[in-house]
Amino acid sequence: MGFFLETLLGGLMAGMLYSLIALGFVLIFKASGVFNFAQGAMVLFAALAMARFAEWIPQWTGLTHPVAATVLAFIAAGFVMCVLAWVIERLVLRHLVNQDGATLLMATIGISYFLEGLGQATFGSSVYKLDIGMPKEPILVFDKVFEGGILINMEDLYAALIAAVLVTGLSLFFQKTGTGRALRAVADDHQAAQSVGIGLGRIWVIVWCVAGIAALVAGMIWGSKLGVQFSLATLALRALPVVILGGLTSVPGAIVGGLVIGVGEKLSEVYLGPLVGGGIEIWFAYVLALLFLLVRPQGLFGEKIIDRV
Amino acid sequence: MIYRENGQFKTSYAADQQIFPVLQDRIAIAVLLAIAFVAVPLLASDYLLRAVLIPFVIMSLAAVGVNVLIGYCGQISLGSGAFMAVGAYGAYNFLVRVPGMPLVVALALGGLCAMAFGVLFGLPSLRVKGLYLAVATLAAQFFADWMFLRIKWFTLDTPSGSAAVSNLQFFGLPLESDAAKYLFCLALLALLALGAKNLVRGAIGREWMAIRDMDVAAAVIGIRPMYAKLTAFAVSSFIIGVAGALWGFFYLGAWEPAAFSVDISFRLLFVVIIGGLGSIMGSFFGAAFIVVLPIALAIVLPMIASLLGISISTTAISHAELMIFGALIVAFLIVEPHGLARLWSTLRLKLRLWPFPH
Amino acid sequence: MSEAMDAPLAVASDAETTAAPARRIGSVILDVKNISLAFGGVKALTDISFDVREHEIRAIIGPNGAGKSSMLNCINGVYQPQQGSIALRGQTFRHMNSRQVAASGVARTFQNLALFKGMSVLDNIMTGRNLKMRSNILQQAWHWGAAAREEAAQRRVVEGIIDFLEIQAYRKTPVGTMPYGLQKRVDLGRALAMEPALLLLDEPMAGMNVEEKQDMCRFILDINDEFGTTIVLIEHDMGVVMDISDRVVVLDYGRKIGDGTPHVVRADPNVIAAYLGTPH
Repeated sequence: MGFFLETLLGGLMAGMLYSLIALGFVLIFKASGVFNFAQGAMVLFAALAMARFAEWIPQWTGLTHPVAATVLAFIAAGFVMCVLAWVIERLVLRHLVNQDGATLLMATIGISYFLEGLGQATFGSSVYKLDIGMPKEPILVFDKVFEGGILINMEDLYAALIAAVLVTGLSLFFQKTGTGRALRAVADDHQAAQSVGIGLGRIWVIVWCVAGIAALVAGMIWGSKLGVQFSLATLALRALPVVILGGLTSVPGAIVGGLVIGVGEKLSEVYLGPLVGGGIEIWFAYVLALLFLLVRPQGLFGEKIIDRV
Repeated sequence: MIYRENGQFKTSYAADQQIFPVLQDRIAIAVLLAIAFVAVPLLASDYLLRAVLIPFVIMSLAAVGVNVLIGYCGQISLGSGAFMAVGAYGAYNFLVRVPGMPLVVALALGGLCAMAFGVLFGLPSLRVKGLYLAVATLAAQFFADWMFLRIKWFTLDTPSGSAAVSNLQFFGLPLESDAAKYLFCLALLALLALGAKNLVRGAIGREWMAIRDMDVAAAVIGIRPMYAKLTAFAVSSFIIGVAGALWGFFYLGAWEPAAFSVDISFRLLFVVIIGGLGSIMGSFFGAAFIVVLPIALAIVLPMIASLLGISISTTAISHAELMIFGALIVAFLIVEPHGLARLWSTLRLKLRLWPFPH
Repeated sequence: MSEAMDAPLAVASDAETTAAPARRIGSVILDVKNISLAFGGVKALTDISFDVREHEIRAIIGPNGAGKSSMLNCINGVYQPQQGSIALRGQTFRHMNSRQVAASGVARTFQNLALFKGMSVLDNIMTGRNLKMRSNILQQAWHWGAAAREEAAQRRVVEGIIDFLEIQAYRKTPVGTMPYGLQKRVDLGRALAMEPALLLLDEPMAGMNVEEKQDMCRFILDINDEFGTTIVLIEHDMGVVMDISDRVVVLDYGRKIGDGTPHVVRADPNVIAAYLGTPH
């Protein structure tokens, strides 16, 4: 029982990390109707930026206090992501207004490749350490209740808390503020939004900035956990099933979907894996999403997709 | 002046509907085929054959298959790597496990395995489209990755999942030299590409395009959406499966499951976007582009770098390659979504009027 | 509105309209019984019943939002009504999908032109022949032989339709680049290619000028005359309706408020009230 709970908790926390990446997908889709395949590349780019800035800032400014350097690195990386958002809007999105979803999807695949190349060319392609002061040792809890206790990874716990804060903030932003309303209008209908005076370009820059910051937070946490390396980009592919499950237009859906996928992956690996040869993590999430697509394509919380003739 | 249709009047519908209605085109294709089948094997160096022409031929075949699915039928698929893998491992198993199995039959059977796999994972297309379908095809991709790594039976119980073939023969003739391999692959390409072209200009091709353009209206005029989509998956994955088998047998020689990972799926998507969605000829352009680009970059970039006085490493070149791919995808989607094929046909239109401007 | 209903449209097919009674109108080919259709809380159609006789031209008219297109979509199998039944040539169906309806001999055009924008005019109309094509996929892949002969034969039929609609010059043009009036003709051609017994036309003259409307009326009457096709059309131009239709159904807010020949319907007080509003 203790082992089951441990696996469950591990899954929940891994799921939270997926949700962090899925949030970026949902944000951009919710606000511009574009599915941003490049989110993973953005996570990698942001993490690389932060890791390298954390190294370079002490060299450039002589600042040796680790916390200050890390914070400055975060801010610098955030700034870079916002500049990136502006560039993407200018060079790509502006020219693809009103194109169909498939074209935009493929454009973001192109952006993804470009960012992977640019990130590695600018910041380097080795594995970098990213130390944000998260505790590395796991702690043992409930050792009176369950035999052997339950091992909890503190890092994952902190990650889950950060993700929760981010989600709450974003939900409030979308529901309560004027800009949030404008974002929802743009996602619904580009032309209608323009006709009431909402500037598409400005909105898109804001959205991609926010998604960029979300990517930075995700990259920071994943990077501190795994080290900043190229495989971070493929993490996005792991997060795709999360948005399918949760619904592409729902921020809470990204969380719930992430948790479900995280738990499902861990449990299936432990209990089903040995039956079929192991290593089923790589496709479990996708097959789950596939089954969901057949039954309920809009996901748990998404809006129903309507096709008009 | 040269490229004129003057005097070429068609007196039958069959003549009007042929693949190359203009006489100059037919001559050009005949010359091209002569060069490809005769001149190249005699004159090309081994390096050229091995590094450029054989991958070009096989990639073109795979691109034709991908184009049938994405370009003509409008079903986004990111699982092409999986279809190639199924074709490769399928053909490998038939070739190695069944004594006396002819090579062509093994390849065809590999293609049929890929076809079954493709139809199975194409079933979601009856319910969803666009991004959601892309996710479903990714499920196929990752499932195949796992299948060939973990299920030992497919790889004759080798621990790493690798497979290797040797001593390939075609009706007793050994296919050892690069020229022989090239000719074999080229012959298969010509055959399957012709079949694909016939399909896309026939009734089923129109069904596919109708589904792509407006699938609700297609049902109203009597097209069966299920039949059209599943046949698109079937034909496409058969062709891609054969291409995968050729890739493993004749280009790689020995391969592991990672050879057919999601990276190759994306590459094939690029090939058809750059080459031109919905164009058989575009598949060739795109494949040529993708095969030649890394080589060209490896030559051109160091030259530019040495002109500027900076040194450039191979990792930097591979990063530049990624950036150029990505930038080109975006550029093509913005400027010419119909790819190189459209640029080519625009050029031909101008050529018809030459030397007059309009 | 009353002026439009009174003044006759100068349609070029006067000879046909005066000869209308002589056209051989047959027995009932389409029988719509008690159709009710609702989308969530919105009732699009409530208890609609009418019939259509073979070889006649039946118009469905009514103010905007009356449910005319929804009615056509029900006949077509695009929408499934919650109640009621539709009998086509004696064969009742509640839940036929649009493909089965097409195979039973019903074709339609669309208000918003559901043409295949990526294909040429010729290819668009050829897709309409799809139901008649018999060669299987392997024959098509080989092409020379059965498939080639069938392509040529179908091409001949399609060329006949192209001649009929006078769009020969545009046969290889991609449909997306053509003017609206010509696109509507291609839509009609694609429906004709199915050799339908019943043709549903959804506002075929929307957005056309007077000459284009005259052409379209001529085509509709010729189709009815030469091929004997039964036609059900939705139309807003009262002059056209009065001139070319044999009988008229009037819908308002999803209910039937009139059914009969054009002259009877024109004088019906309910219909006048629906179009003009009642004085208070």
